[in-house]
Amino acid sequence: MDVLTLLGQLLNTTLVFSTALIFASLGGIFSERSGVVNIGLEGLMMFGAFAAAVGGYYAQEAGMGELAPWVGVLSAMAVGIIGSLIHAVASITFKADQTISGTVINFLAAGSTLYMVKLLFEGSGETPLLDGFSKFAIPGLSKIPIIGEGIFNSYPTTYLAIVLVIIVYLVLFKTPFGLRLRAVGEHPSAADTLGVNVNRMRYIGVMMSGMLAGIGGATITLTTTGTFAHNTISGQGFIAIAAMIFGKWNPLGAFGAAVFFGFSQAIRNYVQLFEWSKNIPQEFIYMIPYVLTIIVLVSTVGRSSAPKALGQAYDPSKR
Amino acid sequence: MNKLRKIFATDSYIVPLVAIILGFLVGAIVMLAGGYDPIAAYSALFKRVFGSTYDIGEAIREMTPLMLTGLAVAFAFRSGMFNIGADGQVLIGMTAASVVGIKLAALPSFLLVPLAVIAAGLCGGIWAGIAGYLKAKRGINEVITTIMLNWIALFFANYIVRTFLLIPGQNRSEDIPASLSMTFLNSFFDNARLHWGTAIALAAAVFFYVYLWKTKQGYEMRAVGLNPHAAEYAGMNVGRNVIKAMFISGIFAGLAGAGEVLGVFHYQSVFAGSPGYGFDGIAVALLGLTHPFGVILAAILYGTLTYGAAGMSFGADVPPELIRIVIGSIIFFIAAQGIVRWVLKPFYFKRKKEKVL
Repeated sequence: MDVLTLLGQLLNTTLVFSTALIFASLGGIFSERSGVVNIGLEGLMMFGAFAAAVGGYYAQEAGMGELAPWVGVLSAMAVGIIGSLIHAVASITFKADQTISGTVINFLAAGSTLYMVKLLFEGSGETPLLDGFSKFAIPGLSKIPIIGEGIFNSYPTTYLAIVLVIIVYLVLFKTPFGLRLRAVGEHPSAADTLGVNVNRMRYIGVMMSGMLAGIGGATITLTTTGTFAHNTISGQGFIAIAAMIFGKWNPLGAFGAAVFFGFSQAIRNYVQLFEWSKNIPQEFIYMIPYVLTIIVLVSTVGRSSAPKALGQAYDPSKR
Repeated sequence: MNKLRKIFATDSYIVPLVAIILGFLVGAIVMLAGGYDPIAAYSALFKRVFGSTYDIGEAIREMTPLMLTGLAVAFAFRSGMFNIGADGQVLIGMTAASVVGIKLAALPSFLLVPLAVIAAGLCGGIWAGIAGYLKAKRGINEVITTIMLNWIALFFANYIVRTFLLIPGQNRSEDIPASLSMTFLNSFFDNARLHWGTAIALAAAVFFYVYLWKTKQGYEMRAVGLNPHAAEYAGMNVGRNVIKAMFISGIFAGLAGAGEVLGVFHYQSVFAGSPGYGFDGIAVALLGLTHPFGVILAAILYGTLTYGAAGMSFGADVPPELIRIVIGSIIFFIAAQGIVRWVLKPFYFKRKKEKVL
C-alpha cells in the first residue's frame, strides 16, 4: 500500500473517531460557558447512542431507508435534551452541586438505557444491528490526493461536525446570544443587573449540551458500532471533557483536541502495520494519547482558563 | 436527652433517608412502567443479600472496595478536588500488591503481606499524587489528569501483568502467595471471600475522621478545600496541601486494590477495560455526603443494592440495571435537597407551629 493512500486512510479514520468527540465537547462548551459544570457528558452520549439505535431501528423497520439514520440523530437530540434537563433542574433550579448532578446523569443513563434495551428487545443486551450512515464522497473534492480520501469521503455526520465547529464559534463570539451566554458564566450578577435572565441562559446552555452530546453518542452507533450495548460508550464522554478543557473552552481549540484524540485512536491500528512496532509492547502504543495529553498540558497550558462562575449556582441574594 | 433530640432533629440524616425512600419509589415506578412487580423484585433483592451466611459474606466483600474508593473520592472532595482517578489508583494498587506478593514470595508471610499492602497504598498514593503535583505546580485541572491517568494505569497494569506475572496462555497472573483472606471465618460464612481489607477500610474511615477534624494538618486541608485563597492568605501552603490530599486519597484507593487481589481473586487479570471501581467510588462518596462514616454507610447500601441486583433479575426477572436507576435517583435527591425539603415541607411547618404555641 503506498504512503499517500495510507495517510488518506489514517486521516479518514481519525475523523471518524473524532466526530463524536467534537459534538460532545462542543456540547460541553455550551454548558460550561454558561457556568454549569457538565461531568454528565458521558451519560448524555449514552442517552444519544441508545436513542439513535432505537430510533434508527424503528425507522429502518418502517422502510425509511436512507432517512432512517437521520431519524436516529433526531431521536438522539430529543433524548439528549430530556436527559440534560435532569441536570438542569437539579443544578440550576434546585442549586444542587453541579458535579454531583452530572454524575447522576451518568448513573441514570447507564441504568435506564440498558433497562430499556432489555425491555424493548426481549431481554437482549444489545439493539439489533443497523445499516447506519454510509460514507459520502463530495464530487470533485474527493479526487484530491490525501485530503480527498481523508476528508471529502466521510460520513455526513463528520461534515456536520466540522461545519458546526465554525457555527458554534460564530454563535459564541459574534452574536449577542453568545455574549450573554458567556457573561452568565463569567459574572452572573453583572449579567443579571443588565437584564439577562441568568437561569434561562443556563437552561439553554445545558440543553444545548444535551442535544450535542446526544448527537455525539448517535454518531458512534450510526457510523462505528451499528448497535447499542453496555460498552458502546466507554469513556468517550470523559475524553470529550478533556478535549474541552484542553481546548480552553473554545470551539476551535476543542476541535483541535478532539482531532488529536481521534488521531491517537486511529494511529494504534496503523502503527501495527509496520515491522518496527513489533518491538514496542502494545500497551505503550495505547498509552500514547493519554501521556501526550499530559505532556502537552504541562508544557503549554498555564493556569486553566475556566469560566469564572463555573460550578456556582446563581443566587441573586448574594451579590 | 436534649443532645439526643438535637441529633435527631437535624436534617443531616433525614434528607438522605427520605432520598433513599424516594429513590426506591422511582425504581418501583420504573418497574411498574416496564410491567414488572416491584414488591417481588425488591424482596428478591433483599432475599439474595440476607438469604444465607454465604451471601452476607459476599455482600460484605462487595462493600469493601466501595468503602475505600468512596473514602478516596470523599477525601479529595473535602480538600477541594474531584478525584475521578480512583479507578486508576485501584489498578496501580492491585499491580503493586501482585508484584510484591509474587516476586517477594520467599519472605515469611507476616512480612510479605504487610509489605504488599503497604506497596499498594504507596503506589496508589503516588499515582494520585502525580495529579496533585500537576495541579499544585502547573495549575492543570485534576479532572483531566486523573482521566488520563486512569487510561495510562489500565495499560500500564496490563503491561506489567502480561510481561512479568503472566501464566503462559492465560489472561491472568500467577497465583499470589500473599493472602489477606480471613480463612478462620470460612466455616461460619460458608467460604464467602471475606478478607482483612474490610478491617483496613474501617480503620481508614476512622483515620479520615481523626486526621481531617482532629489534627492541625487536617484543618489546613479543609481550609484549602473550602477556600484556597483565604487559606493562602492565612499563610497555608495550598500547593503542598493539594499534593498531600491527593496522595492520601490515592492511598485509600490503592488499598482497595490490595484487598481485591490479595483477599478476593488471589491473582490479577489482564483488564479489557476500566473495571469501574472509581466510578462506584464517586457514587458512594456522594451518597455518604463525603463524610467518612457516611461513606461507610453508603458503601453498605450501595453494596447491598448491587449485590442484590443479581437476585432481582433471577428472582423477579427484572434487569439488574434497574438498580443503577435507583442509585442515581437517590444521589439526585440527596444533591437536589430542595426537592426533598419541598416534600418534607408540611412536616416542618407543623413542627414550627408547635414551637410557637
